[in-house]
Amino acid sequence: MSELAFDLQNIFYHYNSEVAALSDVSFSVARGARVAILGANGSGKSTLLRILDGLYFPERGQINVLGAPLTEEQLQDEEFAFRFRQRVALVFQNPDVQLFNPTVFDEIAFGPLQMRWPKAQIRERVEETLALFEITHLKNRSPHRLSGGEKKRVALASVLILDPEVLLMDEPTAALDPKSQSMVIDFLAGWAGSGKTIVTTTHDLSTVGEIADHCLIFQNGQLMAQGAPATILGDNGLLERTNLIHVHRHAHDGQGIHSHPHQHIGHAHPH
Amino acid sequence: MLQSTSEAPLVHPKSKRKRRQGFIERTVRSLADVLEQALFAEEVAKADGLLQSIDPRVKVVGLLLLVVATASAHSLSIILALFALALALALLSHVPIRRLATRVWIGVLFFTGSIALPAIFITPGVALVHVPLLHWPITAQGIKAALYLLTRVETATTLSVLLVLCTPWNQVLKALRVLRVPVVFVVILGMTYRYIFVLLQTAADMFESRQSRLVGRLDGQEQRRLAAASVGVLLGKSLQLSSDIYLAMLARGYRGEVYTLDDFKAQPRDWLALGGFVIVALFAFWFGR
Repeated sequence: MSELAFDLQNIFYHYNSEVAALSDVSFSVARGARVAILGANGSGKSTLLRILDGLYFPERGQINVLGAPLTEEQLQDEEFAFRFRQRVALVFQNPDVQLFNPTVFDEIAFGPLQMRWPKAQIRERVEETLALFEITHLKNRSPHRLSGGEKKRVALASVLILDPEVLLMDEPTAALDPKSQSMVIDFLAGWAGSGKTIVTTTHDLSTVGEIADHCLIFQNGQLMAQGAPATILGDNGLLERTNLIHVHRHAHDGQGIHSHPHQHIGHAHPH
Repeated sequence: MLQSTSEAPLVHPKSKRKRRQGFIERTVRSLADVLEQALFAEEVAKADGLLQSIDPRVKVVGLLLLVVATASAHSLSIILALFALALALALLSHVPIRRLATRVWIGVLFFTGSIALPAIFITPGVALVHVPLLHWPITAQGIKAALYLLTRVETATTLSVLLVLCTPWNQVLKALRVLRVPVVFVVILGMTYRYIFVLLQTAADMFESRQSRLVGRLDGQEQRRLAAASVGVLLGKSLQLSSDIYLAMLARGYRGEVYTLDDFKAQPRDWLALGGFVIVALFAFWFGR
């Protein structure tokens, strides 16, 4: 059995065959690792996540997932596709994209139904998952009647009912209030403890230390650096070059105006 | 300078009288109205009433039977009796009659009335009276035909609205599935309903943001330009959304076929209700021939 969850070699991807989204990207992710993909808007993070989930396919390069090559042809095979979709799950940044069923119950049942689980088992697992995420009271609710935090909870429940080995999360704390952010972070910390692999994209540096053991930094579709969170977050020059922090001038407690590196989102001040 | 700005009157002297709403204000109000309607329907569907307590499949079959009976009845008294039954069902299901009147009956009266009106004059028969100056005859047969059309449409619409108001939309869809309506059709209906709200909210946000940056009224040409631009932006957003939703479905194992979970359990009172609907419909068919 391969020790790697993902192994990417020289991946290239263009939008409309013109705009480069990813250029010559190579890296690997060990099984059970917690990896954060950092980058400013438009750096190629979301595209990369969709390639890892077999939704987009690179024009060049090779990608292996859990020891098997992942190609468009492979995913045409029903047995391979079912196995892959059960083992690798993606939570989209915008929960409205992911919650397309009439009720929360139907939403959580969607994945198992596609996997053709027996209906009695589906009902049982849905009830268990609702209880696990403390959303039983929402089960008959329509997704458009949920708050942002509740939607995120339902989106997580809808993919984790399949008990995947790998969880891909696109900006999991974006546009959430502090309580919901903390719920997501606590969940990720707990879930990773069970030996699962988590790959998260974010540009919120304040959460990186809690959700990752390893960081990849992207800019303009290229992998600029990788390393432990402490090393990456301590390199102000790198963070500034990749637009994750910026330098600006303001006053501190009457000490006069001076400049220092600063990130507005998440109140991270890596200085 | 800031002070002088803050002292300036916020209301323009000329705008003291109630001015006509502009295109953006009207659009924002209409969007909010649609969202409020949906909220009202969900509240009624959750109420503790007669129709709400019946199995959705029974409601769909039963009310559909009554609609067919209404459409095929040739007796005004039978149609009126079915209308009275619909009214009684509405009262027992805590559906506000005032709301039915303003949102359903008046609208249907105007719409169907405009279609039925010519029948009063052009249907051959015994002339009861002539319109002054125009000398058009108003015939007894014409009035009867118009009355039939109006009462049939009012009754059938009321019964259909009762079904939608007293049943959560997802259960209506599941009931359709149980009644062998193709799964693709049911799923498309469900997703349409789901994403109407996302797009309505997007449209409302767009218009509110435009409204917050506007001073004064837009002229007609500018309003049309704004409407066309908004439709274009909304179309672009909905295309992007549909593409992302498709990816989200693929990510969870969708491979072109949709499977649903149907989980209704009929109770004795549901069978009783179904029996009641069937008896009333048969009665209406027989005596309304």
